[in-house]
Amino acid sequence: MDSFLFQAFIYLLAAVVSVPIAKRLGLGSVLGYLFAGIIIGPYVLKFVGVESEAVLHFAEFGVVMMLFLIGLELRPELLWRLRGPILGLGGLQVAISAVVIFLIGYIFGFTWKVSLAVGLILALSSTAIVLQTLNEKGLIKTQGGQASFSVLLFQDIAVIPILAVLPLLAGSILAEPGHAEAAHHAGFSIEALPGWQQAIIVALVIATIIIAGRFLVRYVFRFIAETRLREVFTAFALFLIIGIALAMQIVGLSAALGTFLAGVVLADSEYRHELETDIEPFKGLLLGLFFISVGASIDFNLFSKEPYLIFGLVAALMVIKLVILLVLGYLFKLTRSQNFLFAFSLAQGGEFAFVLFSFATQNSVIPYEIADTLILAVALSMALTPVLMIINEKLLQPKFSTLDQRPETDAIDEKNPVIIAGFGRFGQIVGRLLHANNIGTTILDSKPSQIDMVRRFGYKVFYGDASRLDLLHSAGAGEAKLFILTIDDKDKTIEIAKTLKMHYPNLKILARAYDRRTVYELMDAGVDIIERDTFVSALELGASALKELGFRSYQANRAALTFKHHDEKSLIDLHKHFGDDEALLTETRLKNQDLIELLSSDEEEKKESMDHSWERPGSV
Amino acid sequence: MNKILVIFAHPAFEKSKVNLELCKAVKDLEGVTFRDLYEIYPDFLIDVKEEQKLLLEHDVIVLQHPFYWYSCPALMKEWIDLVLEYGFAYGHGGSALVGKLMMNAITTGGSEESYSQQGVHYYNVGEFLKVFERTAALCGMNYIPPFVVHQSSDLKSHEDISVYSDLYQKVILTLRDTTLDIRSLSEFQYINEYILDQFESWSV
Repeated sequence: MDSFLFQAFIYLLAAVVSVPIAKRLGLGSVLGYLFAGIIIGPYVLKFVGVESEAVLHFAEFGVVMMLFLIGLELRPELLWRLRGPILGLGGLQVAISAVVIFLIGYIFGFTWKVSLAVGLILALSSTAIVLQTLNEKGLIKTQGGQASFSVLLFQDIAVIPILAVLPLLAGSILAEPGHAEAAHHAGFSIEALPGWQQAIIVALVIATIIIAGRFLVRYVFRFIAETRLREVFTAFALFLIIGIALAMQIVGLSAALGTFLAGVVLADSEYRHELETDIEPFKGLLLGLFFISVGASIDFNLFSKEPYLIFGLVAALMVIKLVILLVLGYLFKLTRSQNFLFAFSLAQGGEFAFVLFSFATQNSVIPYEIADTLILAVALSMALTPVLMIINEKLLQPKFSTLDQRPETDAIDEKNPVIIAGFGRFGQIVGRLLHANNIGTTILDSKPSQIDMVRRFGYKVFYGDASRLDLLHSAGAGEAKLFILTIDDKDKTIEIAKTLKMHYPNLKILARAYDRRTVYELMDAGVDIIERDTFVSALELGASALKELGFRSYQANRAALTFKHHDEKSLIDLHKHFGDDEALLTETRLKNQDLIELLSSDEEEKKESMDHSWERPGSV
Repeated sequence: MNKILVIFAHPAFEKSKVNLELCKAVKDLEGVTFRDLYEIYPDFLIDVKEEQKLLLEHDVIVLQHPFYWYSCPALMKEWIDLVLEYGFAYGHGGSALVGKLMMNAITTGGSEESYSQQGVHYYNVGEFLKVFERTAALCGMNYIPPFVVHQSSDLKSHEDISVYSDLYQKVILTLRDTTLDIRSLSEFQYINEYILDQFESWSV
């Protein structure tokens, strides 16, 4: 029963069954996962039990990956723009919540040390649940979503000083300062070193992440991308995240914060979209696992023993946080509907509470009974959050809808109206023309050497295989107006065109075609505008040849244009014979005959009308 | 009901507010075919057969354009040069356009006064448009006094412009729905005045 495969089977089965049902019922995936956890947990079906704590630790890595992905979306200057809400809103939320909870604990007769520790731990909210839910509802880019994000980011940073402060609150039994248990897992601890050396090491690690991310990682990505082995690229992406997480844990910082930083550093990189696409499924599964283990870890024995106490704690926690958040949102001038979104999102305890409570008990700051009760309250408040958000969405928001339109504030990332896939000799010309006319383009290319060269000229080019739907999605195919397909592989062009038309029927596609046959296949795929890649330049050269043979420039140009229009028209006319080679050949011959007649008649007319004046000679 | 063909030429249409409103006022009216030459023939290669076919299908030809150097923009001149062909529009066997009406609808930067012997342009608009009048005559068409918007660059607000776009619409509707007395029309310098008179007398 306890084999790894069986475990995996149970977790996956629970997810596959419950999440789609929850989604159908409009409850969102997070609630689905949580219910799945409760059902397979020790109090219902008893499939999983004690080991779910270990799973929880593993699954917390999903949060780390989520922060990496969020970092990828946030370029440094955008992060800088958010500094006000992060420090102001986030700082005040943590400080006020901690103080209020501290006072309540103190009034109820706990020691000030216990009250303060509990206050600090409960001030934090759940990054995993809130961001996942906001993302799923597409609310992350709204004013309220951004405010929630800022507060969560501050809380992730605040975990570090809280970890440092907790041992100082220890009671009379002075505990071994086993700072960040993870450091022990890593088998190496810098705790033994003096403070100033610790500080230097921390600074060095962060500097390494920034410098390596900016200057070194690109070359490694390029080297790997050139092997054209997608799984190695994925492996490297995972390696990078795990490596950073480990390094951060060794120096006693939050792994989530470290990978977030790495994400921000790589947000400018040409490999951003590819990284997003590769990490996304891992993040999704691990987060799912995380939610399931939260569900499974809810201790219903404790709940049935003291239902009123637990219920009271959960209600108190959520109401206190809600009120503080509403006041802060008002002070920071959120519109009313956005303020409710903000406050209802963040009114819960967070996953850091699990870590911090166990850390605090190890350090003898908080007694076990209190910690266990509070962990249960936090888990329940987390489970209730999606419900609270549904209440906000269905009952409260409709009241604001007319009064207070949701203002779409600056998106995390600007989306360009045009995507160009393939930035080689052909795509570059298209891109330069658009660029010269101030039209924003997102450029995708799968040749690392090409990308490097073009980037030197100041273009933003992203690495990636444009035939992957997920990559197209993260490049913004859902929001773009035009998709310009300029890659040189004709089969791939057709494949991408079909994918695009299937998933984004309203997106206009302009494509480069290799030959007439490709033109027809692209027409069948529903491409809107097609240009044969050698056609126009060959015409120009042909016109130059005519000129060299004695045609005047205008005459040669006119002949070339006449040819162009005729050929484009006949190309479309012959489409119906595509597939029937015999008919195509006959028709093509006829069309060519037409063309010769057309060109020579144009010639005759010219001679007639231009040799004489437009009047007939001798008319009175 | 007469069928109307509006041949429109403006090389920088995207910058012209007045012409935009004028076009909007007439292009979707029933019985009106609107042709934006610079949009259809960006390479100046006019499809003569197609244009001639359209001419045959319509009763009134309106040439709408800004007044460039006392004449029309280059592409419209190219259109006239090529489409009004010998043997089609004039000359031996060229009677395709006989009996149709032709009119210019123009916008000018200068005021009406500037187009007079006292003004910088010395001649009036009608005198400059003699070229079009004779072109119509040679093709056997009846030339109608032009629709003119003077000082078009001074018209800034939507209200200012709509005075003219409404009037232009009335002109086109009148051309479409009534049989005009060409002789009495020729007393007017611009068709603007004739239409204003008509609508005034109706409302009295």
